[in-house]
Amino acid sequence: MGKIERITGPLVVAKEMLGSSMYDVVKVGELGLIGEIIQLRGDRAIVQVYEDTSGIRPGEPVKSLGMPLSVELGPGIVGKIFDGLQRPLEEIEKKTGAFIARGVNILSLDRKAKWKFVPIAKKGSEVKEGEAIGYVDETKLVRHYILVPYGLGGKIESIKEGSYTITEPIATIKKADGKEASISMMQTRPVRRPAKVRRRIDITEPLITGQRVIDTFFPVGKGGTAAIPGPFGSGKTVTQHQLAKWSDANIIVYCGAGERGNEMAEVLTEFPELKDPRTNEPLMSRTVLIANTSNMPVAAREASIFTSVAIAEYFRDMGYSVAVMADSTSRWAEAMREISTRLEEMPGEEGYPAYLPRRLAEFYERAGKVETLSGKVGAVTIIGAVSPPGGDLTEPVTQGTLKIVKTFWSLDAALASSRHFPAINWLNSYSLYLDMLEPWYKEKIGEEWLRNREEALKLLQQEADLRDIVQLVGEEALPNQQRIVLEIGKMLREDFLRQNAYDDIDTYTSLNKQNLMLSTMLHFAKKGMEATEKGVPTEQIIGTNCRHEIARMKEVKESEIVEAAKKINEEIEKEISELIRKQEQTLQAAASQR
Amino acid sequence: MRFEITYNTLQRAYGPLIVVEKVRNAAYNEIVRIRLENGEEKLGQVLDTTDTYAVVQVFGATEGINIKTTSVTFLGETYKAGVGTDMLGKVFNGQGKPIGSEKVAFDEKRDINGMPINPNARAWPSEAIETGISAIDGLNTLLRGQKLPLFSGAGLPHNLLAAQITRQASVKGKEQEFTVIFAGIGITYDDAAFFMKEIRKSGAADRTVMFLNLASDPSIERILTPRLALTEAEYLAFEQNMHVLVILDDMTQYAETLREISSAREEVPGRRGYPGYMYTDLASIYERAGVIRNKKGSITQLNVVTMPGDDVTHPIPDLTGYITEGQIFLSRELANKGIYPPIQVLSSLSRLMNNGIGEGKTREDHKNVADQLYGAYARAQEVRDISTIIGKEALSEDERLYLDFGDMFENRFIRQGLYEARTFEQTLDIGWDLLSTLPETELTRIKQEFINKYYRKKANE
Repeated sequence: MGKIERITGPLVVAKEMLGSSMYDVVKVGELGLIGEIIQLRGDRAIVQVYEDTSGIRPGEPVKSLGMPLSVELGPGIVGKIFDGLQRPLEEIEKKTGAFIARGVNILSLDRKAKWKFVPIAKKGSEVKEGEAIGYVDETKLVRHYILVPYGLGGKIESIKEGSYTITEPIATIKKADGKEASISMMQTRPVRRPAKVRRRIDITEPLITGQRVIDTFFPVGKGGTAAIPGPFGSGKTVTQHQLAKWSDANIIVYCGAGERGNEMAEVLTEFPELKDPRTNEPLMSRTVLIANTSNMPVAAREASIFTSVAIAEYFRDMGYSVAVMADSTSRWAEAMREISTRLEEMPGEEGYPAYLPRRLAEFYERAGKVETLSGKVGAVTIIGAVSPPGGDLTEPVTQGTLKIVKTFWSLDAALASSRHFPAINWLNSYSLYLDMLEPWYKEKIGEEWLRNREEALKLLQQEADLRDIVQLVGEEALPNQQRIVLEIGKMLREDFLRQNAYDDIDTYTSLNKQNLMLSTMLHFAKKGMEATEKGVPTEQIIGTNCRHEIARMKEVKESEIVEAAKKINEEIEKEISELIRKQEQTLQAAASQR
Repeated sequence: MRFEITYNTLQRAYGPLIVVEKVRNAAYNEIVRIRLENGEEKLGQVLDTTDTYAVVQVFGATEGINIKTTSVTFLGETYKAGVGTDMLGKVFNGQGKPIGSEKVAFDEKRDINGMPINPNARAWPSEAIETGISAIDGLNTLLRGQKLPLFSGAGLPHNLLAAQITRQASVKGKEQEFTVIFAGIGITYDDAAFFMKEIRKSGAADRTVMFLNLASDPSIERILTPRLALTEAEYLAFEQNMHVLVILDDMTQYAETLREISSAREEVPGRRGYPGYMYTDLASIYERAGVIRNKKGSITQLNVVTMPGDDVTHPIPDLTGYITEGQIFLSRELANKGIYPPIQVLSSLSRLMNNGIGEGKTREDHKNVADQLYGAYARAQEVRDISTIIGKEALSEDERLYLDFGDMFENRFIRQGLYEARTFEQTLDIGWDLLSTLPETELTRIKQEFINKYYRKKANE
């Protein structure tokens, strides 16, 4: 038991702490505020405190719990909202009302709730750490496997089906040394240490998000990493919400680190109402929320990111694909900077600690597709929002992030201000997963997928170049061959890339529909250019009914899209061939008059 | 446990800070009373405490502080301020003391730092406020419980606009009027007087509380002023069921004070000398807006942020924009054209808008109309840029339509009178007037059914 020597903001110096270890959790002061040891100097421990330190005095006690910051894992996590230290916000509300009081001592998981446990392993079978011995159907979407905790393993002596709380023994095993150990449905894991896996494996399939600009142009692989930096108002949060809603992961861990309280309220209102497009179950049934809003203690914000990732790894180890949305990693980095400043550490760039890039890497490296200890395949995908000051992408957090992540969705203020959402700039975003995903696309969607993508990007690049010229000379001055490119670019931008998150149909587009839409547009492009070569004026081409129908494709229901696309493609053939025929007639008539 | 201990061991005074030695165990954020030789008293707050000394931030000028004769009393508690319904209709200084000789009866005392609202207890804002201003109601709808700053610049009419919103704000179908809490943070006497006059004129004086820290008042007080205002706001909203509109004017002055203290403490500076924790600190103010499930009241914040040098990437507007739910952007260009209110809708945003508009709330076509007006005005701006280079004559017919649209949009939709309050219906109808000057095929962001219903076909078609 030590004593507080000094308090400055979230940082407390405690003396007489000899014997405690780095990253041990401590209880600070009479209120028992939670903190974590981040430095040791002789018998002094420097503690970052996860709650407001107002009113705490030097001389008050500091007690080490002798263990690192950990999460509780077991049934009762899914569909819940926790703070950055995994304290259940619903329970806190019951205890202290609408405002969060300090020093609340509440366990993360409900100890009273009973869950129906179904064994998989049999009496007498050998089990190893990380292996599933049974499961609980926690929600309709999540079968929660009960894994043998780390460090345990041996022969099952007894295992029984039935209703249990998470702390009651469900099985006993005889370890190699002959001693018996009992297993309950809850285990704990330290948040800052990556979970054990057998090995990392290659990424082979995309995370399907239903967002056209992402799925078609800049996909992220399951087990991959993506960053989404952008100035305020460019739609980071809406994009993150869209991904959390529609991604085809088994579990979503959504971490609001240092962001707005009303955004969490939005998620809490919407997710229980919204249905997963694949299973028609409420999205909340596969979601875990970690909320440490900007006005909640800053040190807990630093921890919240790791709490999220540790929970994600736990579900990955059951053989699931998990996606972590971290909004925003910049606020997390700022929390680190704040702590570092108070520690009077030598600052690196823009006052951030020199270890910022390492911490970013440690976080994103916990993504990956793996073979779990029990031989299952699981994946953690991490998607981090970045909030660069003034939208300046050269700042340290963005730069540190871009060095690690393989998908970059560049949010663009100009697009946002013309209400082009998602405001992901197609000219400078990138995905490095395309090569890994190529076989998957070829098998599941079709040979044309990547070819279409490339062609569309080429047209968009041409359009961008031409628009620069138009800025100088006006559209009228361009030849038809170039004007048609402008029109096709406009079509791709407005009718494919732009997607309305608030429209019931447009909010999610299946890969199949995306493919049909883009193929149809490129068909129109090809025919349109052909007609242009024959001398058909641009106005006539874009005045066709099929052009109008293409613009409405995004409003077509998934169930009707195949039929609709077929019709439009036939119309393209018919209408544009007709235009060409007429043009030829006019030319012939003109020639014969001469 | 409350005990007062007085020390005469002042050791150092620099900037707004003093260091008191031989202090045993002052609490972090504890409030102290500093007594000068001439009997004058000031308040201060502990920023750094150890078992041997404490660093105290002094609220007010440090003039007259004397190492030998000044005494410092530690009051044994953190900063608490009185709150209550009796404060309505009264004016307070930046430290929360009533101006004038009026007696104020407080209902209770509360820590001015408040406590964070549990995200789980929040209700998602969903009630649109009718400010009567088309550029806001139509395209950047403000909701109850939202925090929406006015991004402005020196000399722009943000005070006129804030006063107009204060006068006109109401919620459709709801009788209860807004309670207004105005916190003047480093504003001039003239601006403060203007607000008082406007509020009196509108008959809202009885439901208004004013906290005034004027430009001439000690800058360190500015740390307190917004917190006093919000502490009272939380009491009125969540204990007395009132809908409170808080105006914090001007948050830039607040942030300057934050920088002043940080530099006095010799902290490692972040961007442009502002402290690295400015985001967190600003959030501790802005996040005190919202609606709580099972409680009737709400807090809506309308904060003035003057952008130094009109630069939106400056850390103060930048960090504000990352915390608030959008911004109303005032443009010097529009102001120079003589347009009031000079709201640049393309740079403005209301993040919560979509949850408060539409059928049964404002009108079914609201979102589509807003999107299309944005799109068309954005296009008009592009055409303007082109036409300055290639001349109006070289524009295509479509482009000329957009050019005209841009002018009409500014003059009929954005421009309105200081005392003109438009309903949502009126605002949307003006929107359709303007959209009807464009060909129907251009309205790609509007559902066909709304076009059929609202688009005005020209007589000759």
